[in-house]
Amino acid sequence: MISRRSFCKKSLLIAGGLAIPLSCLELFDPKRLLAEKDEKGPRWVFLVDTRKCVGCGFCVKGCKVENEVPYDANVTRTWVERYVVTSDGKTHIDSPKGARDGFPNKGIDIGHGKLEEIKDDDIEKAFFVPKLCNQCDNPPCVQVCPVGATYQTADGVVLVDRSWCIGCGYCIMGCPYGVRFFHPVFHVAEKCNFCYHRITKGMQTACVDSCAFGARRVGNLRDPEDPVTRVIMTERVNVLKEEYGTKPQVFYLGLSKEVK
Amino acid sequence: MKNHVWRPLFVVLAVIALVLVARKFLVPADFGVGARGYMYGWHRAGNEQQWKDVKVKYKTAAFCKDCHPDKYDEMKESPHRNINCENCHGPALNHPDDPRSLTIDRSRELCARCHTRLPYPNSGRGVMKGIDPKTHNVGLDCVTCHWPHDPRKEGHQK
Repeated sequence: MISRRSFCKKSLLIAGGLAIPLSCLELFDPKRLLAEKDEKGPRWVFLVDTRKCVGCGFCVKGCKVENEVPYDANVTRTWVERYVVTSDGKTHIDSPKGARDGFPNKGIDIGHGKLEEIKDDDIEKAFFVPKLCNQCDNPPCVQVCPVGATYQTADGVVLVDRSWCIGCGYCIMGCPYGVRFFHPVFHVAEKCNFCYHRITKGMQTACVDSCAFGARRVGNLRDPEDPVTRVIMTERVNVLKEEYGTKPQVFYLGLSKEVK
Repeated sequence: MKNHVWRPLFVVLAVIALVLVARKFLVPADFGVGARGYMYGWHRAGNEQQWKDVKVKYKTAAFCKDCHPDKYDEMKESPHRNINCENCHGPALNHPDDPRSLTIDRSRELCARCHTRLPYPNSGRGVMKGIDPKTHNVGLDCVTCHWPHDPRKEGHQK
């Protein structure tokens, strides 16, 4: 026979136990919470390892073909810059045709078809830096668009509406990284969009696929298990022109102070 | 009040009404504020799908593998294993239907992208095997002596 005292004790215990929702017992992963703080879905970011880039320019070729940027016009969505620092303290920078054909000459392209030859012994350091759209969190190119033709999607990519762009060129002037240009065929603003048609299908961008050296990688910053996110969170990465407050989302490994 | 005071006001109201009516017809129905708010998200929503619908041209080695497993396997064992087939063979597009055969770039310039010797000490390029294309067997295709799928083997002997 159950006593009144133990009946009250047990029923209180059961009622209290039932009152604890299952979610109270769930263990939270702080990294996941941080990654999903704002919104669900991906946030595309890019990781460039300048130490691995050899300046072959396959990325530029792949990008131009994949995104139908006229091959012989001197415009490109992504390009590779060469930096040669000599012992006299000078920095020589070039990017012939955006490195569409790589760097076929040892001399530095100084325009008008002229090359500046540099002696091997004078080279203090020399390296290649791939550039592309930073898909900024505060994109200045989007702010200046007077008609709403360029915009940022929920996953962080800045796109241009070709049927809505009036070709005023404010965005081309507004981008501190110089990644925008006029499309010679459509006569509207054109830019890198991380191959939006590929990344939304689970593929890599054309430049990532064509890079044989792993110098370029695309990733999702809202996924803490993404290898690119891990590198960005744990290694010494840098961004370009941080002082402009644009919050760029292309991260560089091995960036040098000569790179602007 | 006098008529001449009211008349310009009617004109202004008529212009405003005209603008509102014209806006109704000219602005697409899906134009509005997107996920990033007024400052960054003001756009025509249908355009996102238009960008997603762009045709994929480079289909990657995973696509080539289905019909050319022998070439794929040979490449995977080779020092050139990280080079995508389409870097030299061109984009697959709708191959094998259109184009029926791909245009292979066998030029010296293609190999020279990586194998022109550049003495850059702090870059991956500095440790790459390189030649000077101005002196190294000028006029000959690289593939005459070097087999591109596996450069340890000998080239095309035709």
